[in-house]
Amino acid sequence: MTYKNPVTTPRKSATFDDYTLSEIRRAAATGIYDIRGGGAKRRVPHFDDLLFLGASMSRYPLEGYREKCETAVTLGTRFAKKPIELKIPITIAGMSFGSLSGPAKEALGRGASAAGTSTTTGDGGMTEEERGHSTQLVYQYLPSRYGMNPRDLKRADAIEIVIGQGAKPGGGGMLLGQKISDRVAEMRNLPMGIDQRSACRHPDWTGPDDLEIKIQEIREITDWEKPVFIKVGGARPYYDVALAVKAGADVIVLDGMQGGTAATQEVFIEHVGQPTLACIRPAVKALQDMGMHRKVQLIVSGGIRNGADVAKALALGADAVSIGTAALVAIGDNDPKWEAEYNELGTTAGAYDDWHEGRDPAGITTQDADLMKRVDPIAAGRRLANYLKVMTLEAQTIARACGKNHVHNLEPEDLCALNIEAAAMAGVPLAGTNWVPGQGGF
Amino acid sequence: MPVFDLATTELRALNQALHALDKSGVPEDFEITNPRGAHAVAVGIDAPVNVTINGSVGYYCAGMNEQATVTVNGNAGPGVAENMMSGKVVIKGDASQYAGATAHGGLLVIEGNASSRCGISMKGVDIVVKGNIGHMSAFMAQSGNLVVLGDAGDALGDSLYEARLFVRGTVKSLGADCEKKEMRAEHIDLLTKLLADAGITDVKPEEFTRYGSARTLYNFSVDNFDAY
Repeated sequence: MTYKNPVTTPRKSATFDDYTLSEIRRAAATGIYDIRGGGAKRRVPHFDDLLFLGASMSRYPLEGYREKCETAVTLGTRFAKKPIELKIPITIAGMSFGSLSGPAKEALGRGASAAGTSTTTGDGGMTEEERGHSTQLVYQYLPSRYGMNPRDLKRADAIEIVIGQGAKPGGGGMLLGQKISDRVAEMRNLPMGIDQRSACRHPDWTGPDDLEIKIQEIREITDWEKPVFIKVGGARPYYDVALAVKAGADVIVLDGMQGGTAATQEVFIEHVGQPTLACIRPAVKALQDMGMHRKVQLIVSGGIRNGADVAKALALGADAVSIGTAALVAIGDNDPKWEAEYNELGTTAGAYDDWHEGRDPAGITTQDADLMKRVDPIAAGRRLANYLKVMTLEAQTIARACGKNHVHNLEPEDLCALNIEAAAMAGVPLAGTNWVPGQGGF
Repeated sequence: MPVFDLATTELRALNQALHALDKSGVPEDFEITNPRGAHAVAVGIDAPVNVTINGSVGYYCAGMNEQATVTVNGNAGPGVAENMMSGKVVIKGDASQYAGATAHGGLLVIEGNASSRCGISMKGVDIVVKGNIGHMSAFMAQSGNLVVLGDAGDALGDSLYEARLFVRGTVKSLGADCEKKEMRAEHIDLLTKLLADAGITDVKPEEFTRYGSARTLYNFSVDNFDAY
């Protein structure tokens, strides 16, 4: 009688999982790192790991819809003659024409304006679509300086100096050949069809002391009218924020690792930078230590999806939040109605991230003339406005439940955390305890 | 002619007076005295005026200039004429780092030497340097012309796009994807014009060597691994 070894269930490696194996095969076949859009997809501690306590015996709630809960925010009160007044504490993050289609940029401008907030240009300059349809437009000042010119600088409502972004702190933008159309090439003064790798450092200053002088120049050019934002990725938030204040920022934009990008290396997106949740308290602490909290406004971005996320970010000390990926979803990105076409691209709705290839079935992250017709800027703008208003209503709902008549009155004491990691990062107690882990310093 | 003495006048008042010109439409010449290394002198002008600065300036003099002719009778700090759109900026002395960075148009003339990163990321400007330029000049230069009567430092034209570089002296080393190019008749004509615009009459265009992009790194290839 021969011995037969009993068959066991095939076991795949947790280390070498299916995705990892496919990535090894892809790298071996192509000889190039994986490039994609979006932000970190891995699970990291996030706002979902926090809960609001709400009101009870010790706090009085406000009546929903009857008792006012304000949401307005003013950005740029430190030095600018003309600060930006927003009705809601949610702004639209910088996304370039080039990475996005013209109709998509127009939709963002329309939606943001209808909701009473600002939108932001990106690497590639200011287009008429977005200037014309944005009541409040923030003009990004990036290392590449594509399309940068004094006329647009003077017709912007604020200027955002981009030091880095959460998806790739320390990296520059990428716009591969497929998306360098005639119009994009002309705006960026580049040959058509080349791979365009934007610089990661500014060409004419190095370090915060130089930046202080650069900001002085920008203020002089614009007669000290415009708020000057500094955008940093979530790298060393305490020191980065302190240095941004020292350099003269009116507003600091802090983007965690879940913040999206048009295109960069997967390895960069997933392995460089800190989660948004981990960045907020150190940033707020830096502002408080310098006596600048609420004087220099803090905008937090990276994975903001709903009014609860907004409320949590504000409770931790932010003045406003910014959305990018969520705004694209609101105007139609990754919509299941294009599932058949996503399948043809080897992906599925909700997972499509090859934005750099310019074949977006939703017509948003593309320069293809036919695909971009799928975005109706008026209808898509309305969808974005609806979404922004829903988020605001949700944040108000939570703020009222915590007894706050302004969303800015939310505070860390309104929160608890579901796990030790989130408790340590957010600096709030673990639920059911009075224990705040990690109080020894950052 | 209005004279702004920066020993007694706020910089802000000077720049706002210069900005008011583009609204009034009245061309007027300005003289600035005692700049004493001030930053952001005469920035953001958009009018066809002559501005003469008697003394040395700090960072970003004539930044984002449009139309104006700005002359510095002294040295210039980092980023002179950065992002210039049009007009002319003349530095009678030496210029520090990043001269003409990202500039889109106009003419920048440096009668002395320029430091490192001269013409970095230039986007259409013409730059003429009578002396030498430092390392990493014309890094990622996109378009425009850089003319150097003296020598160039290390890594000239690294990762450049379509800008044209003309050097009369020696080049210490070329950057990635920058190569020596043939001087054709069109380049001689172009140089003749650029030298004339810069007021240079004692140098012949034939004395220069042209450098430009080899265009091998325009699209990614793993076979260029050693260059990355």
